[in-house]
Amino acid sequence: MNQGRTLNVLLTLYVGLIFAFVFAPIIFSLIFSFNSQRFPTIPLGSFSTEWYQKILSDADVWEAALNSLIVSCSTAIIATFLGFCTAYSDYRYNFRFKGPYLALILLPPTIPLIIMALAMLAWFSKIGMSGQIYSIIIAHSVLTAPFAMAVIRLRLNQMDPDLEAAAWNLGGSEWATMRHVIIPFCKPAIASGLFLTAAVSFDEFAVSWFVSGLNKTLPVIILEIVQGNIDPQVNAIGTFVFLISMTLVVLAQIFFASRQLKSIRA
Amino acid sequence: MSAPLVIFDKVQKHFDDFVAVKELDFEIREGEFLAIMGPSGCGKTTTLRMLAGLEAPTTGEIRLSGQVMNDVRPHERDTPLVWQSLALFPFLSARENVEFGLKMGGVDKAERKERALKWLDKMQILEFADRDISTLSGGQKQRVALARSLVMEPQILLLDEPLSALDAHLVIRMQAVLTDLQRELGITFVYVTHSQSEAFAMADRVVIMGEGEIAQIGTPKDIYRAPANQFVAEFVGRNNILSGTVAELAQDTARITTPSGDFMVPVNEVSLSQGQNASFVISADLVHIAMAKPDGENTAHCRLISEEFVGSMVTLFLEDAKGHEFKVQMQERELSSFDLKSSDNIWLSWDTQSAHVLNES
Repeated sequence: MNQGRTLNVLLTLYVGLIFAFVFAPIIFSLIFSFNSQRFPTIPLGSFSTEWYQKILSDADVWEAALNSLIVSCSTAIIATFLGFCTAYSDYRYNFRFKGPYLALILLPPTIPLIIMALAMLAWFSKIGMSGQIYSIIIAHSVLTAPFAMAVIRLRLNQMDPDLEAAAWNLGGSEWATMRHVIIPFCKPAIASGLFLTAAVSFDEFAVSWFVSGLNKTLPVIILEIVQGNIDPQVNAIGTFVFLISMTLVVLAQIFFASRQLKSIRA
Repeated sequence: MSAPLVIFDKVQKHFDDFVAVKELDFEIREGEFLAIMGPSGCGKTTTLRMLAGLEAPTTGEIRLSGQVMNDVRPHERDTPLVWQSLALFPFLSARENVEFGLKMGGVDKAERKERALKWLDKMQILEFADRDISTLSGGQKQRVALARSLVMEPQILLLDEPLSALDAHLVIRMQAVLTDLQRELGITFVYVTHSQSEAFAMADRVVIMGEGEIAQIGTPKDIYRAPANQFVAEFVGRNNILSGTVAELAQDTARITTPSGDFMVPVNEVSLSQGQNASFVISADLVHIAMAKPDGENTAHCRLISEEFVGSMVTLFLEDAKGHEFKVQMQERELSSFDLKSSDNIWLSWDTQSAHVLNES
């Protein structure tokens, strides 16, 4: 009994520490983004929105934001489509070399990003596709498709295996069944996959930095600003990036959790 | 006798090395309620799935209204199936589930809705039309599943153990719903089940399958009174099986010597010869009990092992001196006239004509 309580306290403390460790830098970055002083020191100076005004009037930052938006939206759509296709082919078909096929799809996130980025750069330059915005989109799609696949695969595994056959039995062709049964059933997972892949792509730095050329994304511009000098603008951009990523991840979780709840109730 | 609607012509189904269906050769008549019954793994569900086009026969032909169905895709057939899992679409309401088949068939929205509501009304679940499937009870879901198939107005309805997930009292209710529907619509029902009570209660004819083959086809009464072989007799249960050798043959009876004694059996359908091994069966409800040795043939001296009450019916389990088990079934009120306290001195007897000789197989 007593032992259990001690364990509980320790666990709570442990979780609290982890959260503090993860979020403290972000919170400090948020605080310093409103600090009038140039250097992040305590005591703080006065409250100021100077750094926000500065980045909002910086054309480079706007361009990077637009690039990031284009890249993460395109990536989300392509990666979720690929993820859905692989998850469905895994659910529906049995074929030789299915194990290697799945392993190949799940491989990209296990490769160190820097290696992946270098390899992408080398490959894209060789085939003359480097330095374009679509280069980042292609690289990010490969990188994030496994996340979408994992979420959609989980959902498909919850599906009554007779459901698809029931639709055929009622006169639905394979395409009609895909449209009216499989996709509606997977809708929450597809939404979750879209937000998740968008978030991963939005944050991703290494690959973007290597293959982007002149089309910089937000994480890339952050690095350029901090290179050589300490500029509180970084805190302001960082806060924006953090808020957008968090929103996407939270949305992904909401779709993910809502269907879990539903399946528990059902 | 009505015309055959479906013909299984030497149909076999193999899954790699596993033979699910050895050879099926039978007909399904137009407008009949046919039950396919057997223990799990006997191939009954595979048979139904072949009829729906979800499995293709390895060899042989399935013909529906004279047309060979082997290569017809599932969605091009008019063979709606009521699934064991029900397989209702969880993201659609009850009404949208019923409309699904019509939508696939290109029926316009207004007509779809009208026909779906008509069927929901017929199934007495109209008030739940716009409810989420997950909020319905087992019995209500069952009715949605039936409406979803019947709204297609098919010639033939396939049912795969549709009542197996329901409570006992609901099963009886749904049995009545199904038989009434079948009679009213006049369409063919093919009903797969492992439950003898469901099959016997509803079907016009029953197909008993074992290990991928048909063991017997007949009316429930035929199968109950005159099982074709040991497999059917054991599967049907509630009967007494005795085995021995033919000791004496007369005009239309034979004397069979078993470890439990000599018994007379009628010989009309099966040809027996002297000295041959033979088994016969007596339905449990055709066995009489007495407290003193009755006159005549076919008696056994037993002691009572246990009793089982199911409603007003009682099944007595008895054992003779050789340890052979006998079952007797009777109404509970009949039983009250016997004093079963002296339970080790009970006499069983039956008419020779009650016995039925099994085919060797």
